[in-house]
Amino acid sequence: MYEKDGEKYFIVDSHMHYWNAAPSNWVKGAEQYAKGWIECFHAYQSLGPQETHWPIEKFMAYTEDDLMKDVFEDGYVDIAVFQPTYLKEWYAEGFNTTERNAALGEKHPGMFIANTRFDPRDGDNGLDELRRNVERYGSKGLKLYTAEWNNGSRGYKLSDPMTYRFLEKAQELGIKNIHVHKGPTIWPLDKDAFDVSDVDHAATDFPELNFIVEHVGLPRIEDFCFMATQEPNVYAGLSVVIGGLMHARPKFFAKVMGELMFWVGEDKMTFGSDYGIWEPKWQIEGFVDWQMPDDDELSDYAKLTTATKKKILGLNAARLYDIKVPEECQLPTVPSAREAQDAAQLVTES
Amino acid sequence: MTATTDTTVVSAALVNTVLSALATVRDPELDEPITTLGFVASCAVSSEGRAVVRLRLPTYFCAPNFAFLMVADAYDAVTAVAGITSAEVILEDHFASDAINQGVAAQGGFVKSFDGEAVAELGDLRAQFLRKAVMAGTDQVCRPLLNAGVTPAELRALTLGAVPATPEMSRLRQRRTELGLPAADDAPLLIDPLTGARVDEAQVPLHLRKARVTRAGIEANTSICSGMLRVRYPGEGMG
Repeated sequence: MYEKDGEKYFIVDSHMHYWNAAPSNWVKGAEQYAKGWIECFHAYQSLGPQETHWPIEKFMAYTEDDLMKDVFEDGYVDIAVFQPTYLKEWYAEGFNTTERNAALGEKHPGMFIANTRFDPRDGDNGLDELRRNVERYGSKGLKLYTAEWNNGSRGYKLSDPMTYRFLEKAQELGIKNIHVHKGPTIWPLDKDAFDVSDVDHAATDFPELNFIVEHVGLPRIEDFCFMATQEPNVYAGLSVVIGGLMHARPKFFAKVMGELMFWVGEDKMTFGSDYGIWEPKWQIEGFVDWQMPDDDELSDYAKLTTATKKKILGLNAARLYDIKVPEECQLPTVPSAREAQDAAQLVTES
Repeated sequence: MTATTDTTVVSAALVNTVLSALATVRDPELDEPITTLGFVASCAVSSEGRAVVRLRLPTYFCAPNFAFLMVADAYDAVTAVAGITSAEVILEDHFASDAINQGVAAQGGFVKSFDGEAVAELGDLRAQFLRKAVMAGTDQVCRPLLNAGVTPAELRALTLGAVPATPEMSRLRQRRTELGLPAADDAPLLIDPLTGARVDEAQVPLHLRKARVTRAGIEANTSICSGMLRVRYPGEGMG
């Protein structure tokens, strides 16, 4: 929980990692990719405040103690949602697997939610693995990388029939939330990895599932915004938005927030620190202090209320994951998402 | 790569001409010249008129399709300079450097350069991002007008010739021209970037909102890329 000016904020970090990118985990023959990947992540960290930068050695393999301190002790987070990233072509034991996350989570009951994943190209074996993971780790959410390579396949779409088979199974197993990586990525050779139209189709066909588009589809935020306006079960995952822009590029952060508030609305935006890229502490403190600047260029963007910030930092994700929020952190009433309604109306009328 | 060792500068003017040619090459996604983005690491010309240009990108994993377009466009731009007899354009420090550099040098196209990995050339991708540039440019041109009190309906009635000739306006015209969209003085200001048709009256508010969010997205992305580049390469770059 974070407290400022008498207001109490319940914090759900809905997108974070516990990876191992140490050289001992690099696949032989793929070292340049394993190294390039973690160096690329490390460069993202530099977009945060100087005093939060880590040396690359720590960044490659931060410890359990680092994580517990940065996220919970110093970082105000009440519940953290692990999002796995496998990348087994480069990292021998995987970069950040369900098992690795869950092993840490099991040591700290009640503090983590361990999401899992699937890859529809794994076929029946993949369905079995999904079932085993959900049963063993109690996962309620998935993280999917549609651009990931797999045995000669250069990516897939959520709207592919093979993916629908997995989404049906996931739903049957009790999965509620599908986090989709649509953002900065690698290898978008012919499959268009940034394209969000597949989320549009899946969201329509699986109205009981929630689709959280992580990194809000950057660099195609406009496609994402337009789609999210029309799909009630599509959310904006703010990982990278706050971490990558709020400190380094405040003017563009303001514009992106203004657009997201208009198109997506405060009820459908979720905070994610993307730890260990960025520590949650400065992001939460900065976001609570942040306000849309009084600038002519930004004058028709909505201001953020305390309620808006409470929703984005935790209440929205708590709703998605059925997390019990202490009375003192809840909102007295639930204001309507007027901005999002305006956007929806704009689309409907035209 | 032995040719790179004898690239003494014979003429500062020729190097400047090559840099000017490189300034016409844009990052298709960010819609900015590679020179102002800091992507040109070095540029040299040998006494025989051989140009060697080194390019660099914000990350090791920047999308290879866009990287390929920039290297290929740079190659075309440099070889077209009078006095340049041959050109080598080298993308540095990228996971697909070898495939891209060799593919461009062999003039093989994207599919051939990524044998077995890519099935389509990049014309559609380029056009898709040019249409985004047109939308973003529409906001750049329209926002000052809206701030000055011009109504959306009045904007719809405007033609390009009736809009003040600002740098943003000429940029918008240029992007529209590249896409084969109407760009003459009598062309409507607000058009569908796919069909070129004047935007319907009822669609104008949505069109302007989309133009605005498109611009915000490109600007935010550019700001992240430039931040990442600065971390990777502290120097300014050339051009």
